[in-house]
Amino acid sequence: MQHIVIVGNGMVGHRLTEDLHARNSELSITVLSEEPHVAYDRVQLSHYFDDPRPDLSLTTHAAYSDRGVTWVHGQALSVDREARTVSTADRTISYDVLVLATGSFPFVPPLANSKAPGVFVYRTLDDLDAMMAHASTVKTGTVIGGGLLGLEAAAALQKLGLKASVVEFAPRLMPAQIDDAGGALLKRFIEEMDISVLTGASTQEILLNDQGAMRGLRFADGTELESEMLVFSAGIRPRDDLARRMGLEVGERGGIVIDDQCRTSDPAVYAVGECALHAGRIYGLVAPGYSMARVAAASILGDASATFAGADMSTKLKLLGVEVGSFGDAFARTPGAREIAIQDNVANTYKKLVLSADGTRVIGGVLVGDTSQYGELSSLARDGEALSVPAASLLVPMVAGAASAGSSNPTVCSCEGVRQEAICEAVVGGAHDITALKACTRAGTGCGGCLPNVRELLNTQLALMGQKVDRSLCEHYPYTRQELFDLIRVRGYREWEEVLEAHGTGQGCEVCKPAVASILASQHNEYILKDKLAPLQDTNDAYLANIQKNGTYSVMPRVPGGEITPAKLVALGEVAEKYGLYCKITGGQRIDLLGARLDQLPPIWSELIAAGFESGHAYGKSLRTVKSCVGSTWCRYGVQDSTTLAVNLELRYRGLRSPHKFKAGVSGCTRECAEAQSKDFGLIATEKGWNLFVGGNGGVTPRHAQLLAQDLDEERVTRYLDRFLMYYVRTADRLQRTSTWLDKMDGGIEHLREVIIHDSLGLADELEAAMRYHVATYACEWQEALNDTPGLSRFRHFVNSDETDEAIQWVTEREQPRPAFEHEMTPLPMFAND
Amino acid sequence: MTQFTPTAPAAPHAESRWTPVCAVNDVLPGGGVCALVGGQQVAVFRVAGRVFALSNFDPFTRANVLSRGLTGSYTSAGQERYKVASPLLKHTFDLETGLCLNEPGVSVPTYAVRVEDGRIWIGEAWTGSAD
Repeated sequence: MQHIVIVGNGMVGHRLTEDLHARNSELSITVLSEEPHVAYDRVQLSHYFDDPRPDLSLTTHAAYSDRGVTWVHGQALSVDREARTVSTADRTISYDVLVLATGSFPFVPPLANSKAPGVFVYRTLDDLDAMMAHASTVKTGTVIGGGLLGLEAAAALQKLGLKASVVEFAPRLMPAQIDDAGGALLKRFIEEMDISVLTGASTQEILLNDQGAMRGLRFADGTELESEMLVFSAGIRPRDDLARRMGLEVGERGGIVIDDQCRTSDPAVYAVGECALHAGRIYGLVAPGYSMARVAAASILGDASATFAGADMSTKLKLLGVEVGSFGDAFARTPGAREIAIQDNVANTYKKLVLSADGTRVIGGVLVGDTSQYGELSSLARDGEALSVPAASLLVPMVAGAASAGSSNPTVCSCEGVRQEAICEAVVGGAHDITALKACTRAGTGCGGCLPNVRELLNTQLALMGQKVDRSLCEHYPYTRQELFDLIRVRGYREWEEVLEAHGTGQGCEVCKPAVASILASQHNEYILKDKLAPLQDTNDAYLANIQKNGTYSVMPRVPGGEITPAKLVALGEVAEKYGLYCKITGGQRIDLLGARLDQLPPIWSELIAAGFESGHAYGKSLRTVKSCVGSTWCRYGVQDSTTLAVNLELRYRGLRSPHKFKAGVSGCTRECAEAQSKDFGLIATEKGWNLFVGGNGGVTPRHAQLLAQDLDEERVTRYLDRFLMYYVRTADRLQRTSTWLDKMDGGIEHLREVIIHDSLGLADELEAAMRYHVATYACEWQEALNDTPGLSRFRHFVNSDETDEAIQWVTEREQPRPAFEHEMTPLPMFAND
Repeated sequence: MTQFTPTAPAAPHAESRWTPVCAVNDVLPGGGVCALVGGQQVAVFRVAGRVFALSNFDPFTRANVLSRGLTGSYTSAGQERYKVASPLLKHTFDLETGLCLNEPGVSVPTYAVRVEDGRIWIGEAWTGSAD
């Protein structure tokens, strides 16, 4: 068995151990690490100063020993290529194959005083510890170098509480990736973050105070910048000193020369990452380093088919929150290349395409401020195909929030055929609230499903016009739902009258009453048809069933996880038959019984409850269902028991009143048969546990859910969901689904992750406690309704008669009843409007 | 039952035309019930300490559902007025005039109401304003 020694435990050296292990799990590998830590994520270095501090480690000592990797803390000082041994200060290790993954060191320009106290480089965790110690004694800090790493370092200084500056020798920031115009925009973004930027500045001298500590910089033009701390991030130099001592071939300007299989001039020695020089180039990015590791692993294990043919320097990154992308021939160095650019000083974006001399192919580009098109544009450059559309059209952004992509004037209300422009024009024309908009455009007067979108357009248009956007719940409450929720929570109100008297006006309305009822239910979980609460409830909650177009109701008992016994199926069938109900299987894996008259609801439910059913809350703004597949219990592909988890979650969150309905799904493997990614929350099984997704939606605006956390056990799943759902319940707007809530959230999924997983708001305990209260106080509303004998009178159609509504008429279609259409009705007494 | 035929509005207090339907307390404050009055469905509401009666028929959906709507108030010309929203498509109607607030020109019939000894009496329908 051959023994492989890897010198260096940076990101690329570590990746090599993984690639080798993946190809052969029996290998014997020794890693020499100069730093006292196992490999960590150097790309995320600036997060070291976050609070709480994230663990940047890429692995653990235990994981290494599991894989037969011996990790040795020590610097390789010499190599005997004849004997095939490598020596540190205290040991000598034999190798069959040696890999140099020694990385690079920060370039420090030859300036006087560059070793003075307060001067640092930005490379290792030790560097950061030293910076942190010094930063606590000073107030200002400067980074020399305006590249990717330099800007990160400036962010790090700012996180340490210093007034930060960046000094770049080139005339623009990120000179290797973006052009002057892009650099100018980036500079503006960085300056807005309160980091000052000096470009085209040649540092001449580091100035010291009387104690010999740093006090500032002097530039070639004689100007000075006050700064008590300095960080060099002015490029890297390959660490090839060991290779030089070994007598390996190195480049003129440094770097260990490697071939396409990452072998050095000694076939038993490989080099990968920033120390390696391939075809005259050093790669200072992690992606090409990873490619080298993959090729080296193949070659070491005898597979010569993999080759490293250089790497694309295309990058897309988010730098201090600013999106920056650069791909292909970004600087138009190809002879005859032409450029088109859009500099949008309103949206603060800059987009440039570099085209071939004949203008038919994209060969490169620069994006600053918005990299949403990076994927398609960079692949155009990579594929090099001739364009089928005018190149300029590629840079025109899509209309944000458009219902149908590609249309600049999409239909918003499909019932009335009202388009976006018509709505915006109506707002401009003076329709400044929903009622006025509905009246003059008719948008939202049909099914009403587009009203959230209409409201959004109204608010956007009002904001564009410089008008104050009124986010009041309605004319009776000058508060948003979230504000009202907090008022009710903090003051402990339990009744409508208390809330109205303290914070509202008039008698309330169909908007604020259900909103307050829902908030009270979220907090106290009382029976919603108590006398004091019943008149507040929305249409469906008021009768614990879903009203249909003819005034009858649908009945939908809970079928947790979609799992149902034959006896219960029979019971549903019997009830449906007895009461003449139409049956339909729903998308949420349960059975809807439609066509029940108001007076039939209590007897239907007493039979259903006797058969073991409970309310399904299909009528509530609350949890609908947790859809599931059969998972590992039955399915040959299943890796986890999705049905059990779905049942458990459905029973946990049933009845939770929320700003809008919410749906869930649990899939037992990555095939995703439960469509979890289209739900408000979804779980997808992995070999190690569950991936948790949130904010998905079908409906008017389909959205894929976003990944919140990975490989969780059920306890973690429950805990994060408790927090997530309660956070949503507390902070969303009225009738706002989780997808829009998440869309509008400042910081989006990242912020949500901070709140839910890292508890950045310190709310986790409170949210979990609120959910525990909900679970403990849950009761089936239909059972409560049947227990409340006097209250059952509300289910009579007439207060003064046992007759029923004769206007309801049925027609049989496909062996089942359905409401008669108007032309099918036999004449009945009804009021004409004359 | 017979087809409804409009008749000339009778005086609200013509004794013979009044029908007792229920106790005031049968209607929760802010809530509504449906009463059968002379073969017609009448929605009866209790809002702001007053009782109102409208046809139970929602002209937009042609269903007898208005008594199940949510009541509330709105401000018109500086005055607080009362309304009900249909539970189906949420069209709102003024409780005194029956006028639809979202769709000019549409209204539902209103009924005279009297409360005596804690009981609600419903009188004749009229289609005009209650004022």
